[in-house]
Amino acid sequence: MITLEKRAEPSRIWAIATPLLAVVLTMVVGGILFAGLGKDPIETIRTIFWDPLFSEFAWYYRPQLLIKGAPLVLIAIGLSFGFRAGIWNIGAEGQYIIGAICGAAVGLALYPMESRLIFPLMVLAGALGGLAWAMIPGILRVKFGTNEILVSLMLVYVAEQLLASMALGALRNPDGMGFPGSRNLSQYPSAANLELIAGSGMHWGVVAAFIAVIFAYVMLARHIFGFQVRLSGQSPRAARFAGVNPGRLVLVCLGISGALAGLAGLFEVAGPSGQISIDFNVGYGFTAIIVAFLGRLHPVGILLAGGLMALTYIGGEIAQSNLGLPGAAIQLLQGMLLFFLLAVDVLTNYRIVLSKGVNA
Amino acid sequence: MTQSLLSIEGLTKAYPGVVANSNVSLDIAPGEIHALLGENGAGKSTLVKAIYGLVNPDSGVMWFNGLRFAPNEPRAARAAGVAMVFQHFSLFDALNVAENIALGMENPPPLREVSERVRTVSNQYGLPLDPSRMVGDLSAGERQRVEIIRCLLQDPKLLIMDEPTSVLTPQEVEILFTTLRKLSREGTAILYISHKLEEIRQLCDNATVLRMGQVVGTCDPKATSARKMAELMVGGELHVPTRSGNAPGDIILSLNGLSAPAQHQFGTPLRNISIDLRRGEILGIGGVAGNGQDELVAALSGELRTKPEMVSLKNANIGNLAPNARRALGLCVSPEERNGHAAAPDMSLTENALLSGQTRKNLTSKGFLKWDLAKTFAAEIVQTFDVRTPSVANTARSLSGGNLQKFVIGREILQDPDVFVVNQPTWGVDAAAAASIRQAILNLASQGAAVIVISQDLDELMEISDRFAALNAGQLFDPRPAQGLSVEEIGLMLGGAHDLEAAHANV
Repeated sequence: MITLEKRAEPSRIWAIATPLLAVVLTMVVGGILFAGLGKDPIETIRTIFWDPLFSEFAWYYRPQLLIKGAPLVLIAIGLSFGFRAGIWNIGAEGQYIIGAICGAAVGLALYPMESRLIFPLMVLAGALGGLAWAMIPGILRVKFGTNEILVSLMLVYVAEQLLASMALGALRNPDGMGFPGSRNLSQYPSAANLELIAGSGMHWGVVAAFIAVIFAYVMLARHIFGFQVRLSGQSPRAARFAGVNPGRLVLVCLGISGALAGLAGLFEVAGPSGQISIDFNVGYGFTAIIVAFLGRLHPVGILLAGGLMALTYIGGEIAQSNLGLPGAAIQLLQGMLLFFLLAVDVLTNYRIVLSKGVNA
Repeated sequence: MTQSLLSIEGLTKAYPGVVANSNVSLDIAPGEIHALLGENGAGKSTLVKAIYGLVNPDSGVMWFNGLRFAPNEPRAARAAGVAMVFQHFSLFDALNVAENIALGMENPPPLREVSERVRTVSNQYGLPLDPSRMVGDLSAGERQRVEIIRCLLQDPKLLIMDEPTSVLTPQEVEILFTTLRKLSREGTAILYISHKLEEIRQLCDNATVLRMGQVVGTCDPKATSARKMAELMVGGELHVPTRSGNAPGDIILSLNGLSAPAQHQFGTPLRNISIDLRRGEILGIGGVAGNGQDELVAALSGELRTKPEMVSLKNANIGNLAPNARRALGLCVSPEERNGHAAAPDMSLTENALLSGQTRKNLTSKGFLKWDLAKTFAAEIVQTFDVRTPSVANTARSLSGGNLQKFVIGREILQDPDVFVVNQPTWGVDAAAAASIRQAILNLASQGAAVIVISQDLDELMEISDRFAALNAGQLFDPRPAQGLSVEEIGLMLGGAHDLEAAHANV
């Protein structure tokens, strides 16, 4: 009989080893899945996890990793504060879209004026847009006790409709001959979020993601706010006893995640994507939830997890084009990663004991 | 020698790092009331869990009614005729008595029939209970009746009771004892777990004393002094707290018509509580659980805000202040629940020192944490209050109940409060730790702090309080000097019959 026994102290070794074990298990089960689809499992796994970094075309894929990874990390860092405190913002995708719309709108309103102030102004607008969108579930929860999971999630669909309406209406390119979509911001120098070093993939969003990681690390380890966030998540009653105002904490946590998601949207619309279009969002806001948990809500972990998730995206695209792997199989692999992480996570707090049942 | 009902031989159960029961042997005859005595952590719970099928012993054998008995789940134990009333009730507040009882049955008959049987059995044993009442509206004593009747409906041969009187008023204890004696006369054996020695002397025929998982003695409680039994339990001399009688000083804390709504559906609202507290004085507040204790503590700590003038500290109105603002003014509180309220179980002792100590101990600067100071503070608590832990980096949940309690109380006392409020200071704490906690509270008062001790342990309150007041249905009546109060008077106060003055007022 297998029983689980609670450890007196969470195991430090397993806390680090479980994400690695989850990755290995994902590769093994993913390999079986790929074999079932008639692909060579070893080659497929290598294509997804190895080729983007070390193949002969890696010079092309590596910058892509930064471009894909930065929004994931930026959003996941924001989410991690709330998730640690037990505040579940599932609607980062919506905040990402609104951030992009607000930031782009500022840039487009000032077109074709050239000024150094335009881009910072757009950054500000993007962050505020995401923040405002996140305040809707926040204020509703604090004032009326609504469930922020549902409200934030439903607001994603509202944001998507808003995006479509913006792409077709207010923000449509007047010189675009009626096609949906805004002007291309990457061709508007004052508003463009271009690579800082050509060919590196390093744009302002990547810089912001690194800053966010450092900021989050310092907050969680050294600041009373981080302490309150951790305390609220672990023992809400103890947090109130320690003087944490639960309502304010909800607003601050949702505010941070909304602002960072909005920033991610702005950097995307001004850079890699370039324009507001109907299909602007590609699910970063949802994938970031996986990234946050895969990184165990720890800033450094999130950085690594964001990289890993970007890897599966890029590697997945290579596998799709080179090996003809269906896209759904890649999504399955990403889902598996989270599943295994949560499953093996139990080892951190419990040990497995093999015991003989007595008179069973 | 009569045939024993339950006989245990050489029972051993080890958990990683601790042997909970080592070679324990025990015999209970039919109809016998047998006391199981021991401090917290002595292995009482493990032993009864083994009897009730919740724990599989590593070795040892049990016989029940002359047959080999090795229940691997409570259902098997119940089928054999063992029933158990737990210290913590497992009842649903939002269901009525009959529904709760039907839920615990293997094959429940129609509800009407259950109600009928509840009514019959409850009257038969002098435990009146209306089967249609909501459990959420019942007092703790009545809830316990539900649990007892649930057991009696199974017609048990052995009834195990774990600390049954910790939630009862003295009068309710009397009723319970009458019932238990009646059961015993009818041939039901009772295994009675408690650390209240006087009760055991009144009720029990035999006692087995456990210490560190081993049987250290058996005795006839009616012929053994309480002190003798206590020393068997502790394994040495018992330290009795000493106090230096000092005259109370100026008024420091006043509650002026404190009223507050219940914190949750089945909580108790506070009704118009007025009291003055002086420096150097210990006010003991007794009362059965659920009479507003949690709300009163929350209203004092700042977790529950009221009108400013309802709570005044050193002539400043603080009823609307947040917990840390109150701490800054010198009001420290230690809530009842250690795990998850006073302390965060998964955080280290250093982090837990920070939890309530950040304000008075200046553990932050501009919002940034001074970890080195927090660590020093935690180490100071550990050292001063003799908290047994390998280091301050260990999590709170890795400490035993008594050690964690010493830590959370030490944390508040070392902040040198002017007013200290503590709820259930020694609940679930072994005798030695309880004595040192009480001594620390007495010392704090002798240094000029005012202390409010809320407890359900009346002996404790009588031992340390200067004045005693009872909390009943959210009302606190005029405190009386603790010295010279008789058990009957206290019982009446707890039950809400508040002496003659109230009667005079109505004339």
